[in-house]
Amino acid sequence: MLRIENLTLERGNRTILKDINFTVNAREIYSIIGPNGAGKSSLAYTIMGCGDYRPNKGRIIFDGKDITDLPIWQRARLGIILAWQEPARFEGITVEDYLLLGIEKNRKEAEEALKRVLLEPREYLKRRVDKNLSGGERKRIELAAIFAMRPRLAILDEPDSGIDILVLDKIINFICDLKERGTTVLLITHRPRMALAAERAALICGGGYLVKEGDSQEVVKCFKNKSFVCPRFRQER
Amino acid sequence: MILDDYQIMLNAYEEAGGRPSVFKDLRIAHLVVHREKVLASHSVEGLILNAKGTDSGVDIDMSVEEGIKIAHPVHLCFGVLPKEGRQQIKINALIKKGGQIKILAHCVFPNALRVQHIMDAKIVLEDNAVFCYDEVHYHGLTGGVEVVPTAEIKVGKGARLSTNFALTKGRVGRLKIDYRAEVERYGVLEMVTKVYGYGDDKIKVRESARLIGEGARGLIKSRMAIREEAQSEVVSELAACAPNTRGHIDCTEIVQGNAKAKAIPLVDVLHEKAQVTHEAAIGRVNEKQLETLMAHGLTEEEATYVIIEGMLK
Repeated sequence: MLRIENLTLERGNRTILKDINFTVNAREIYSIIGPNGAGKSSLAYTIMGCGDYRPNKGRIIFDGKDITDLPIWQRARLGIILAWQEPARFEGITVEDYLLLGIEKNRKEAEEALKRVLLEPREYLKRRVDKNLSGGERKRIELAAIFAMRPRLAILDEPDSGIDILVLDKIINFICDLKERGTTVLLITHRPRMALAAERAALICGGGYLVKEGDSQEVVKCFKNKSFVCPRFRQER
Repeated sequence: MILDDYQIMLNAYEEAGGRPSVFKDLRIAHLVVHREKVLASHSVEGLILNAKGTDSGVDIDMSVEEGIKIAHPVHLCFGVLPKEGRQQIKINALIKKGGQIKILAHCVFPNALRVQHIMDAKIVLEDNAVFCYDEVHYHGLTGGVEVVPTAEIKVGKGARLSTNFALTKGRVGRLKIDYRAEVERYGVLEMVTKVYGYGDDKIKVRESARLIGEGARGLIKSRMAIREEAQSEVVSELAACAPNTRGHIDCTEIVQGNAKAKAIPLVDVLHEKAQVTHEAAIGRVNEKQLETLMAHGLTEEEATYVIIEGMLK
């Protein structure tokens, strides 16, 4: 479904992503794991087509179509949706408005989506998506929006950040539910337990190098044991 | 003739977002003014509402009796229906100790090519009074209106005053707001202005408050969106003069096309135990908000519209 070919992203003299290659199959959960600053979020923004994240090299293929040069909203209309690590807040827009934006949905679906992220619709639908929501609440609403939109590919950037550890399992269940509903999930995380929700995974290290790809157990083991050498350090030596 | 004007005023009032049925409800105090004519006036117990036509407009005396809470919002409708005209409204409002009132005012100039609307208000809130003034304007689509509202406000001890000025549909024309307030001990003041300008609209807003009593609070908030050749200048001024006073200025202006925006926060802190903060964001639509909505499938134009509409809501 999603094929990343030789993706390279540079900022000035700095390489953010270096020759990244991997493939995500339809209806699977695929994890991108790596330490802070490895370039995981940059990879998510590049796949989504965010303004400052135009790759210097490589291609992004979605369902056989080269989407590398498509604007963000056209990618969204193909069914690719990004749940941001720190979602934006909006003045004057209610949770209900937000959940019903863009792609055709109805109120019932919005309510169902809120329930899936453990938020009570009666309490939240009329609240505004502004600074009066906590980071965790805002994050859950972003996940609810993804659920309501039924995307073909959901890119979840650190879906557990800002959410208390007690509901981590619920978030993992939520991701599995997305898959059950037919959504392919690209899961960005630095938490091994979260990455294990995926069938397959890729490990990215500092400087945006993909150092291991394959079975998620093996990739996570490699990450936890630090049994990899980042090519950037190899070069510096 | 007056009846015709009345009906047309109600139509314009409805177009501006009002509900004409409120003028038939005897529980609701109201006032309908066209140019210098009082077309309808109704008061309720505990509220004195006197309106008198003058050569150029209407003088209004309004007072709420001590300890009385006016149960339903009072509806005011001011307008000039012809293409040309001038209307000068003078309001003297007194909310006596512990009195409470909410006012919903609509100012409508749907056909204006050369209309001037001037409002001079003197508002006094005695101790522990509550006054909420929501004002919605509709100036039509030609930009031929000049609106100059000024207000001198005194907020007594423990009293609360909030103003919400909204001009977000149709053209603005020329707008020059000048509100000045003084807030006494533990009084609270909140002034919010929301305006959407385009064409060659010119917007000038000056809102100023002095927190003179211990523990007084003040918030001055403005939301502007301007495009094409429109210009806006927002001066928000807060002076904290007494211990434990707190103030905040919050200004956002979204600028598109050749529009020009200026925001001037003026902060005066005259006591070591006082604090005033300010935040301002002037410029294009926030990139992250834009991309978040575009990632929901909205085009840039659609996303911009949603963000501006939300901000001005």
